[in-house]
Amino acid sequence: MSRVGIIGVGQSKFVRAYPGSVRELVFEGFKEAMEDARISVKDIDASIIASAPEYDKQRSPAGVIAEYLGLIPQPTCYIETLCSSSSMALRMAYSEIKAGLHDVVAVIGFQKMSEISSMETQERMGRGADIQWEAPFGTMMPAYYAMYAQAYMAEHGVTLDDLAMIRVKAATYGRLNEKAVYRKAVTLEDFSNPESRMSGPIAAPLRVGDCCANADGSSCIIVASEEKAKSMCEKPVWIMGVGAASETVNMAGRSDLTIGLKAGIEAGKEAYKMAGITPEDINIAEVHDCFTIAEMMAYENLGFAKPGEGKDLIRSGETYKEGHIPVNVDGGLLSKGHPIGATGGSQIRTIVLQLRGEAGDIQVKDPAVGLVHNIGGVGLYGNVTILGR
Amino acid sequence: MAEKEQDTRFTKFGTVSFTALTKVNDFIDHLKEGKITGTKCRHCGKTYFPPRADCYNCLNSDMEWFEVSGSGKLLSFSMLQYAPVGFEGDLPYTIALLDYGDYKVFGRTDPTIPYEKLSVGMKMKTAVTKLDNEQLTYIFQEA
Repeated sequence: MSRVGIIGVGQSKFVRAYPGSVRELVFEGFKEAMEDARISVKDIDASIIASAPEYDKQRSPAGVIAEYLGLIPQPTCYIETLCSSSSMALRMAYSEIKAGLHDVVAVIGFQKMSEISSMETQERMGRGADIQWEAPFGTMMPAYYAMYAQAYMAEHGVTLDDLAMIRVKAATYGRLNEKAVYRKAVTLEDFSNPESRMSGPIAAPLRVGDCCANADGSSCIIVASEEKAKSMCEKPVWIMGVGAASETVNMAGRSDLTIGLKAGIEAGKEAYKMAGITPEDINIAEVHDCFTIAEMMAYENLGFAKPGEGKDLIRSGETYKEGHIPVNVDGGLLSKGHPIGATGGSQIRTIVLQLRGEAGDIQVKDPAVGLVHNIGGVGLYGNVTILGR
Repeated sequence: MAEKEQDTRFTKFGTVSFTALTKVNDFIDHLKEGKITGTKCRHCGKTYFPPRADCYNCLNSDMEWFEVSGSGKLLSFSMLQYAPVGFEGDLPYTIALLDYGDYKVFGRTDPTIPYEKLSVGMKMKTAVTKLDNEQLTYIFQEA
């Protein structure tokens, strides 16, 4: 079986409010990926555009974006699985290439969240959950994840400080990442200091510091067949596994909140199986830390820690750059920011740069295999992608 | 020409309802009678809460109602101190999940119970209540 490789990666800066239109924002990530791949639009056979709907006025954004990027008349389409949209789009591009439909596909993720207010954003995000039976109670993403945190902390003896330590780690690397929206340091003391924004109330037990920042941003990943990847690229990174899964939208359908997100567990199992490897083989990971609790659950759901032992990984510092399983050394969603549809592509970009040894200040020592864990909604969709040199 | 009248009873559910038309609209009538109800498939016996009009297990749509009764175990909860648009007036409020064994119920806790008194594992029951804006909902109370 021939492989599928990644030959170019790019992303825009993640910012609070992008001073331009969606197509212009998308161009930034696309330009970086095209320059990275050193190809022209004529080399691209198809595009797949990914974002979460309802943040912008343009209906069916794929055609508008394809035109702006010069990817006409090649086929294009729109894929969405909320926050994991661009990882799902990568999986679709992988399938198109594996099926022999295309040789080179551009996977483009974007989100411009700043056109609506934060409260409107929460309302739309809340409607990514069950609108008939749960949204009428006034649900929103931080509160759903806070429910996971409450149950998980009670079961496993995890403290709010353990969660805060995950944010402190994220901020350590957000400071080093020039693409990150939040570039300041965060300390444990900030979480108990009423003057600090980090300690602010949001949805107990989570605090503002436990939540990622909404942002505007775009990402682009250029994927190619093995033959094309070898001829067009000096250091292709190979896609070893593309796992995906889904879970009930309604909380009432969830079997156990203390074990984490089942869609992440199932997607991970599929990705490991495809890649023919185990969690011990992963040298570096990007996990979906939309909230601090989500990163801790991901440690366990991906097999980096046994159930209930995720806290030991952060307490021992093993998920820092020098640890045995570095996680989110680009600042993660918490500090780098979370422009929903662009996030998966940005996570892929981080791992690709790491595997090529081009990650600069955040470079981990000689990684051979990396993993990307990207979740849509409250564990509604799960995507796990494994990449290798 | 008068349009055919639509059965929009479900707009009465919760602080803000996002659904008007559903085949399980009788749920609202049951709330008016003080009952919280789920559905059970008459063919395979599978129970559903929240209620559904269709059974994915045997592809039948022949369902009967059952009443949520007795007490459940509090699986988790979160107190919102920031709200989505349309819910600001309710702040602070606590969303929660109760486990009844065969099914789970998602909702809010009784606003008279202080957050500090809630703990994972405690026994609670579900009760119908009317909101200030005349909407219908249900809340979890100590059992």
